[in-house]
Amino acid sequence: MVEPLIIQVLVSPDRITRFSAADWDLLMRQAKAANLLAHLHRVLQERGLGDAIPEGPAHHLRAANLITQRSVLAVRWEISQLQEALYSLAIPIVLLKGAAYVLADLPISRGRLFHDIDILVPRSAVEDVEKRLLTWGWRTTHSSAYDQRYYRTWMHEIPPMRHIKRQTVLDIHHSILPLTARLKPDPQKLLAQATNDGGQGDLYWLCDLDLILHSATHLFHDGELEHGLRDLVDIAELLRHFAGRAGFWPALCDRAVEMDLVRPLIYGLRYVQLLLAVDIPEDVTLWMRDQLPGSLLGSTMDRLFLRALRPDHASCGMWGTGQARWALYVRSHYLRMPMKLLIPHLVRKALTGENEGELPGEVQRFIANNPRHRDPG
Amino acid sequence: MKVADLSQRDMAGQLTGKGLPIQIGPFWINLRSTIPDLLRHVAFFYSEYETTESARFFDFHITLKNAGGLRRWVKPQVHFLLDEYAPFKPLPYIHAFAMFEWGLNWCIATTAHRYLIIHAAVLEKAGRGIIMPGVPGSGKSTLCAAMALRGWRLLSDEMVLLDPATRAITPVPRPVSLKNESIGIIRDFSAMAEIGLAAKDTAKGTVAHLKPSATSIRLAGVTSRPHAIVFPKFRAGSRTRLTEKAKNSALLEIQENAFNTHILGKVGFESATSLINSCPVFSLEYSQLEEALPIMERLIADSEVPA
Repeated sequence: MVEPLIIQVLVSPDRITRFSAADWDLLMRQAKAANLLAHLHRVLQERGLGDAIPEGPAHHLRAANLITQRSVLAVRWEISQLQEALYSLAIPIVLLKGAAYVLADLPISRGRLFHDIDILVPRSAVEDVEKRLLTWGWRTTHSSAYDQRYYRTWMHEIPPMRHIKRQTVLDIHHSILPLTARLKPDPQKLLAQATNDGGQGDLYWLCDLDLILHSATHLFHDGELEHGLRDLVDIAELLRHFAGRAGFWPALCDRAVEMDLVRPLIYGLRYVQLLLAVDIPEDVTLWMRDQLPGSLLGSTMDRLFLRALRPDHASCGMWGTGQARWALYVRSHYLRMPMKLLIPHLVRKALTGENEGELPGEVQRFIANNPRHRDPG
Repeated sequence: MKVADLSQRDMAGQLTGKGLPIQIGPFWINLRSTIPDLLRHVAFFYSEYETTESARFFDFHITLKNAGGLRRWVKPQVHFLLDEYAPFKPLPYIHAFAMFEWGLNWCIATTAHRYLIIHAAVLEKAGRGIIMPGVPGSGKSTLCAAMALRGWRLLSDEMVLLDPATRAITPVPRPVSLKNESIGIIRDFSAMAEIGLAAKDTAKGTVAHLKPSATSIRLAGVTSRPHAIVFPKFRAGSRTRLTEKAKNSALLEIQENAFNTHILGKVGFESATSLINSCPVFSLEYSQLEEALPIMERLIADSEVPA
């Protein structure tokens, strides 16, 4: 199987020195489809390859980098607004994902676009947080009674809120997996280990190990795979950043056991190793094999994920890519809730035909792209 | 090699096949479509543009295609795709060529951040550029079309690509978009005006395009310097009047009319400030093209305007 150019270049950036104009064209298309242009810019600059980029692509990479810089500023501003709104509640506000990377000033934040802000608060505080945000201009994005009840009864977050002036979206979580999910990470333990690097105020972010575990959980047990490769790059970059610390690997494995997140971590490690050539120490590989008997890690999941994690671009499609995304979409729902809840939910969504925009992106794309995926190669 | 050098059959073959490369100002696009209206649009408006047979990097891969399924027969629609991504909701099929032009504007405005991109027409005579920002309805496009038909070099009817460091303006000449009454006015203004099909009932009313001169397209690689900024304002029955405009309010309007100040930040602000400070700024109220045009000529002749 030929790896997409973007994956080849992320693994061995030097390859670009031998690229033809047509290679550059395809690389940039794949990078853009995977939402990795700004990351590619950072990787090539850090490897001192800036001068090897032809003028045309260089303009686009620099533009993507500019947009990312602005997006970091926007996130900082949004966080400051959030802090102001929630200040007097005196509860810990724990930032997740992108916002956490920005506040922790991790290298990954410098090559990444940000969309929603995600926060984690104690479940007991959700109501207060929501009320306070309402008075500061945030409004719920889901008005139907069914959606409200669905989120509030089964999910790990309340319906996302949008600020009426800035139009920014805020996801308020009280856990990192749905209450109905098969894995049961204890949010209290996440909150207890949250850090603010000795800073002031109520703003925290997940500790290093939990950032990695959450990222893997989001991708392999919760999320849509639309931006699968981008999310996998997040995991790879977090690992590369933290792996140098003494005792990092045993601590990561122990924390995964403690948090009931062994399986997502193992998937994360397996695919950053297979696709992005991240070094995983021998004893960790042995631990992985111990935790999950060989057959589980074997061919089925590999066949699905190695397809679904490729960029969502025609040039990266393989025989069965669309079906793999579909199967994993179904799997993610199966992992989120028991069948007796899931089936009525999906039937209801199908029958009420609520507007197309509300269908998960993965499903919309599946429908839109399906004819294409019928062609082999 | 120009698009016109391709036989009609080759051009259509490329458009409907692997794509037709077109150089538009500093950008190379690869355009694909099987929609007959769009093929006609390209053959008519883009014949003088450069194309190429060799593999190259493209800034934008653009496809316009029919919405599938039943939509093909009932109220057919057209999708604009940037590579495989659809940034817009589909439009009625008969608006395909207008959608191509708008979509390309969007592509440029959201990626060409090496420039400060100002929503304005820009034309040049004797090496001197005039920038005409204008809100919809200001008569900017009508005046722009009339100037282009009187020998001015068209750099753009929609966007000024301003280099923040050198203040050079990079041309991106395209068909001039005319709306509603403007179409008739320009048709009556000059027998030379080559105007394409009209798209009726778009979000902007009826839209048709004026073909830019071959010279404007040939000189697309030659940058220009801003000589003056003129904010046109069409008002029916008004007397033609050129007045100096306060620089501070001009700066605000330029900022509001720029597509990417939020991306460029300080660089964008400084670039807009230096543009405003480098040349005189006017308001032009007019109702008759024949009265407005000599005023523009006089501005160019006025050498005391600093370069």
